[in-house]
Amino acid sequence: MNSLAKILTIIPAFNEGKTIAQVIGGIQENAPYCDILVINDGSPDTTAEHAKAAGAKVIHLPFNMGYGIALQTGYKYALEKGYHYMVQMDGDGQHDPQYIKDLLEVVTSGKADVVIGSRFSKNNKTYTYRTGWIKKTGIILFANITSIIIRQKVSDPTSGYQALNRKVAKFYASESYPCDYPDADVIIMLHRAGFQIKEVPVVMHQNRNKKSMHSGLKPLYYIFKMLLSISLTLLRKREPLNQRD
Amino acid sequence: MPLRQKIFAIIISLSLLLFIVELVRRKKLREEYSWLWLLTGTIILILALWYDLLQWITHLIGARLPTSTLFFLGLVFLILIAIQFSIKVSELNNQVKNLTQENGLLKNRIEEIEEEKTSTDRNEKRRDYNGEKGEKREI
Repeated sequence: MNSLAKILTIIPAFNEGKTIAQVIGGIQENAPYCDILVINDGSPDTTAEHAKAAGAKVIHLPFNMGYGIALQTGYKYALEKGYHYMVQMDGDGQHDPQYIKDLLEVVTSGKADVVIGSRFSKNNKTYTYRTGWIKKTGIILFANITSIIIRQKVSDPTSGYQALNRKVAKFYASESYPCDYPDADVIIMLHRAGFQIKEVPVVMHQNRNKKSMHSGLKPLYYIFKMLLSISLTLLRKREPLNQRD
Repeated sequence: MPLRQKIFAIIISLSLLLFIVELVRRKKLREEYSWLWLLTGTIILILALWYDLLQWITHLIGARLPTSTLFFLGLVFLILIAIQFSIKVSELNNQVKNLTQENGLLKNRIEEIEEEKTSTDRNEKRRDYNGEKGEKREI
């Protein structure tokens, strides 16, 4: 890995006070070459204090804006500060920091513009992640739809554990990025914009403390929103976004 | 159309028009939102004054009663106005998003500048104390 490359780990966090310090500690241990940025998405709890005490940079949003918007703020920051590569992960301890180097290896070597950590990938032997059946159906459905559209195997389109280069970060920071619910549609957009996408197997830990983003009626809304978003993405003109640099 | 209905329709449309104009004049309503309302008021007025036109439209859209035509047109306008609002809300949403992000980034920038400033102040003080003016030292 090029030791001169500036790398930033972006963690959007809303009420992750209990886990954030542990996540940051894990990153410092497994990937000490990464700077860490926590986007405190208007959490009323101690997320920001704990993140700061653990040694991360913290950006505060004045009120809760949602995952996608917090994440995009991180990319805007990274671009402004001239980072070369970025890793995005969750602050709830679901994503294991020991895979950061696996993800980064693929983007820094130039094999792909964006790498997605997949919990369902075939070469993943530790197949431990359990989810509700509606969410599972949704994931499988969209994994198949996405795979067909981009003509490449995608097993976990909902994964928020990704590493990417500056070109993709520019796309994520642009107005085309669907901030309200970034998911499988983003992968299709990336493909249509001409980016190279790769998957890497990772282990994800179940989070017991928190209600998942996909609970209650949310999975149904998720399926509806994703179908709509994917169809509309396909109706839009291809934008050669990665040409703009 | 019975005279009573006609007078009623004219009064309603005129008051609507006057009300909208007054709101715009007092800057309570921006021009960009007023045009659809003004259009609605004007069309009600025209249809109230020109009964043949209303009958012709009723025939055109295949309605039985001229009143249904009026209701139908009213509904169409309400839908258009609601869509206009949805568009505006989406736009505002996006602007709020960008402002919030910008706010977060700026706040962070200010903190950084303040930290830099306090650390250079501290360094200067230390230099003064050591009597090493002009000599730069890494601390």
